[in-house]
Amino acid sequence: MKHGGRNVYMVSGGVTKFAKATPEMDFRLRVKKAFDYAMNDVNLTLNDIDGSVASYFADHFQRQLMAGIMVQDYLGLTPKPSKRVEGGGATGGLAFQTGFEEIASGRMDTCAVYGFETMSHVNTWKGNEFIALASDTNFDYPVGGFYTGYYAMMAVRHMHEFGTTVEQLAKVSVKNHKNALHNPYAQSPMNITVSDVRNSPMVSYPLTRLDVCTMSDGAAVALLASEEKAFEITDRPVLIKSIGTGTDTMRLSDRPMGKVPLLPNEKESDYSNLKYPGVHSFRAGRTAAKEAYEGAGITDPIEELDLVELHDAYTSSEIQTYEDLGLCKYGDGGKFIDEGKSEIKGKIPVNPSGGLLASGHPVGASGIMQSVFMFWQLQRTVKKHFKDDFLQVNNPKRGLIHSHAGTGTYVTATIMEAVK
Amino acid sequence: MTINPNAKMEETQNGTEVYSIDPLVVKSHYEIDYIHSYAQDSEFFRALGKKKIMGSKCKKCGYTYATPRGHCMMCGAETEWYQLPNTGKVHTFTTCYFGSEEFLKETPFNLIMVEFENVDSLFMARLIGADLEDIYVGMPVVAKFRRNQKFSPTDVYFVPVAQPEKKKKR
Repeated sequence: MKHGGRNVYMVSGGVTKFAKATPEMDFRLRVKKAFDYAMNDVNLTLNDIDGSVASYFADHFQRQLMAGIMVQDYLGLTPKPSKRVEGGGATGGLAFQTGFEEIASGRMDTCAVYGFETMSHVNTWKGNEFIALASDTNFDYPVGGFYTGYYAMMAVRHMHEFGTTVEQLAKVSVKNHKNALHNPYAQSPMNITVSDVRNSPMVSYPLTRLDVCTMSDGAAVALLASEEKAFEITDRPVLIKSIGTGTDTMRLSDRPMGKVPLLPNEKESDYSNLKYPGVHSFRAGRTAAKEAYEGAGITDPIEELDLVELHDAYTSSEIQTYEDLGLCKYGDGGKFIDEGKSEIKGKIPVNPSGGLLASGHPVGASGIMQSVFMFWQLQRTVKKHFKDDFLQVNNPKRGLIHSHAGTGTYVTATIMEAVK
Repeated sequence: MTINPNAKMEETQNGTEVYSIDPLVVKSHYEIDYIHSYAQDSEFFRALGKKKIMGSKCKKCGYTYATPRGHCMMCGAETEWYQLPNTGKVHTFTTCYFGSEEFLKETPFNLIMVEFENVDSLFMARLIGADLEDIYVGMPVVAKFRRNQKFSPTDVYFVPVAQPEKKKKR
């Protein structure tokens, strides 16, 4: 592998049910519940954990700086090493990769990556303001001040460039909310139709209320280990095969026009007329995938991956991300959902958990949540944890988790593999 | 004498706003003023008062920015200020019917990304004088400036260019 470090495995995970508000627990207790679930599932004690990584996005939400150390303290992990990782919507994905690096480097043999967010301390519109402060406050925040607006402009350009329709966007919402009916941890399981999505209140054209994820309280924990430790802890660990991280300009307006960084399954002639990335695609998503595919030796993602949990804070970003990950060519994302390829029984299930749209998006927890759901899929233990095996993908070998910030400023792609 | 076993905390009439007793949920207020410097971006904001939109151009590689930056992202060299035209085209758009709290009272508002001829990057702005159904990619727009400058990027906004021909279908 490119990183040259030791093999890293995920050995356990835990998630609290995501909800609009959970005033009966603060962030420390919520993480503790997810942590204990993960620890008890493999009979670990605090002595077995070498250190940790804390994942949360906005100090504004908590109005508590150094919330990471408060969790470390509450869990009983002091005085062991820990650090906080922050990167907007990709915070969870970045923290998971940081945990990977702690083990790969040989610094730790076991690492707990815990993520949380408590967004219910303020109302939705104040929450949107906090989130919008993650856009350039000189030029972007004072003009738009609303992430849904920024993504909506990207969606409009995608529609213009490729002919993507609002109905195709809506199909993502229908699929993900329906999948979540079988996920007991999900915030908004719903049986809805394309017309329900289109008839829900317009938030920012073309995105309606049901095209956009909700504010959430929640926590998720992933336990990672070195090869030797992993097989001591469980006979079914999941290998974290490779990681990839991409970045892009903070301002959407600065996205340059150039050539598409090609994935192994693509040719330059595929995109001879495409001005890239412009504001229709996520270059950081593409470069994250490229690095992760190279690390895992993947040359044809749709054939070599069995499922994907990707960052669908907006229906449009799921369509854009199919293309960034090379599941289909740029421009074919709308067709991809029309053909049902990302359905639970489709060619490559995407967001079988319900994704962020239906599971909820407590920012710092979301990327860790994806790792937990992917871990259970690859262990083939969805039935045990969900008490329902409807979402269990048939005998999956390899999956990709994808976490995403800003309008695609930080993006992570991580490949996980079943070893048994 | 400083020792007083009968000392009492002052009792006040202003109380705590309680939302729930179990669990106990209370309201706490938080307010702050920031002393924000536009630093190397200052010229852009000063120029809006002179009805000029200033972009920047790389001194070394010539890459041009509609939203200015002090150093070039392509080669790392310092940029210089240069004036953008007042007319451009809509590269993409949306209408926000909701917003973050600060801008909620301004909804619905239109956001556009403006492309200027022969400029390599875009500029985000508000568009007024057009409803969602009027706006399309490629629509010609022209800059207008607020008379009472607020030293905000919204000191410049765009309106549709008056056109005789029928608007293009989106």
